[in-house]
Amino acid sequence: MLDLSYDLPKPRVIAGAKHDWELVIGMEVHAQVASNAKLFSGASTQFGAEPNSNVAFIDAAMPGMLPVINEYCIEQAVRTGLGLNAEIHLKSAFDRKNYFYPDQPAGYQISQLYHPIVGEGEVLVELGDGTARPVRVERIHMEQDAGKSIHDMDPDMSFVDLNRAGVCLMEIVSRPDIRSAEEAAAYILKLRQIMRYLGTCDGDMQNGNLRADVNVSVCRPGDYERYRESGDFGHLGTRCEIKNMNSTRFIQQAIEVEARRQIAILEAGGEVDQETRGFDPVKGETRTQRSKEEAHDYRYFPDPDLLPLEIEQDWVDQIKSSLPELPDAKKARFINDFGLTDYDASVLTADLDSAGYFEAVAAGRDGKMAANWVINELFGRLKKDDKDIDASPVTPAQLGGIIDLIASDAISGKIAKDVFEIAYTTGRDPAEIVETEGLKQVTDTGAIEAAVDEIIAANPDQVAKAQENPKLAGWFVGQVMKATGGKANPKAVNELVAQKLKG
Amino acid sequence: MSIDTSTAARVAKLARIKVEEDALPALAAEFNTILGFIEQLNEVDVDGVEPMTSVTPQRLTRRADVVTDGDVQGKVLANAPDAREGFFAVPKVVE
Repeated sequence: MLDLSYDLPKPRVIAGAKHDWELVIGMEVHAQVASNAKLFSGASTQFGAEPNSNVAFIDAAMPGMLPVINEYCIEQAVRTGLGLNAEIHLKSAFDRKNYFYPDQPAGYQISQLYHPIVGEGEVLVELGDGTARPVRVERIHMEQDAGKSIHDMDPDMSFVDLNRAGVCLMEIVSRPDIRSAEEAAAYILKLRQIMRYLGTCDGDMQNGNLRADVNVSVCRPGDYERYRESGDFGHLGTRCEIKNMNSTRFIQQAIEVEARRQIAILEAGGEVDQETRGFDPVKGETRTQRSKEEAHDYRYFPDPDLLPLEIEQDWVDQIKSSLPELPDAKKARFINDFGLTDYDASVLTADLDSAGYFEAVAAGRDGKMAANWVINELFGRLKKDDKDIDASPVTPAQLGGIIDLIASDAISGKIAKDVFEIAYTTGRDPAEIVETEGLKQVTDTGAIEAAVDEIIAANPDQVAKAQENPKLAGWFVGQVMKATGGKANPKAVNELVAQKLKG
Repeated sequence: MSIDTSTAARVAKLARIKVEEDALPALAAEFNTILGFIEQLNEVDVDGVEPMTSVTPQRLTRRADVVTDGDVQGKVLANAPDAREGFFAVPKVVE
């Protein structure tokens, strides 16, 4: 495998009124496991159902009900851990996190505080400019999602839907290794990409299936390095947690706004309170959600309804052997085997469908040419129609056929674009299109020569000008291409025009 | 560890149990009796002893990822003091 080495990105430096500040960010990403049923009940996880219809009695915390764990959810958590090169704990356990809220009917959430199923891992976050940040993952644990409260249906009441209550979440906790808003966005997108490759989370941020709590603090240049050397958090500033963000754009805005708020407090001689804040995208500000006095005391304790979760190494090995090629490895292989640029390889490995499509087109063909056609023509055209790659009207075999026609000099690159458009809109076979529409490139120099002679004879003035200024030869090439319906081999035309103009 | 009345009040608040001011001293005393009893257990040396989680050698029971439950909106909402249009309706809570 090709070893990809990157430089570290520079941390974001914000100039304060008095001096410079640097950003330090840690993230807790909540990813909904793509399962059919909930973590501890047999109710469906389907999005968009009638309110409170995907609810079993245990999800509504009816007395006397006991949780029974969904084996598939365990497997997905292990799979995600393996995908992040993380340590898998064969023994983990569930704890109760106690708090009251109307969408949390049991008064506690079942989570894994003390013994998470997945331990330390690492994610390489590329920033697209040749730099990349390795972000350490501290842990992944499984927990229940809460229900949903709707506050705007009635002036005096909140409405609660428990359909989401009890759905399995994986909480992926990073170390404070993220150093700018862009890195934070790239980090969550990288997690999303890996989980979509693994099939463990669909990554749908809009519907809240992937969301993040972002911990932001600021420090003076040099402090962060001192923290990394010593492991002492005392070198870092006090952090604030911005809750529940499900858009990379808002995550970035919130981080910048929050950092500036903290800097203003510190430079005025104040202290930052460690607290939970919410981001208001309309006003572009973060606001206190819970003040210190009502800070939550969760009184965690082991859940007496659930035995510790023990899994076997054999099972973990089995899951490991079923992992797909992951984004970093696939990208390295595309660069290595197909000679692609870093950028093209990133675009083509963004998701499995695109990568699979490209590989089918590139098989036995020129990799760079295949990449150009897939990225520039196909992706461009699909974007225009707002279509995904899996809905492409042109199959890899068809696109490959067009590339073959260019490679064999049957058509020029320009005609190939017309053939592509016809294939895209009609689904016809490229070779058949070229045959039926008579688009075959004219490589017969006799025919091209005749066309060149004809145009030169008809335009004596232009000939005179072109002889004085050879740059004007392009006009003749254009005329010949026009006269031959674009089918003349452009190289042959260029040569002939130059030769004839010389007289 | 000793529980005073303000700790007792705090625990009651966290558990959302209403305790009248004059009942707090008795409650704190009761807590202290319980904690005193637990305290005795600390005298036992448990170094190197794995915590026991079950008296019988059981494995955590697992379930297949199949939808077998739900679709009982009426029953789920039956005990709710207020329910409207399929939702539980509660006094407005906005953070």
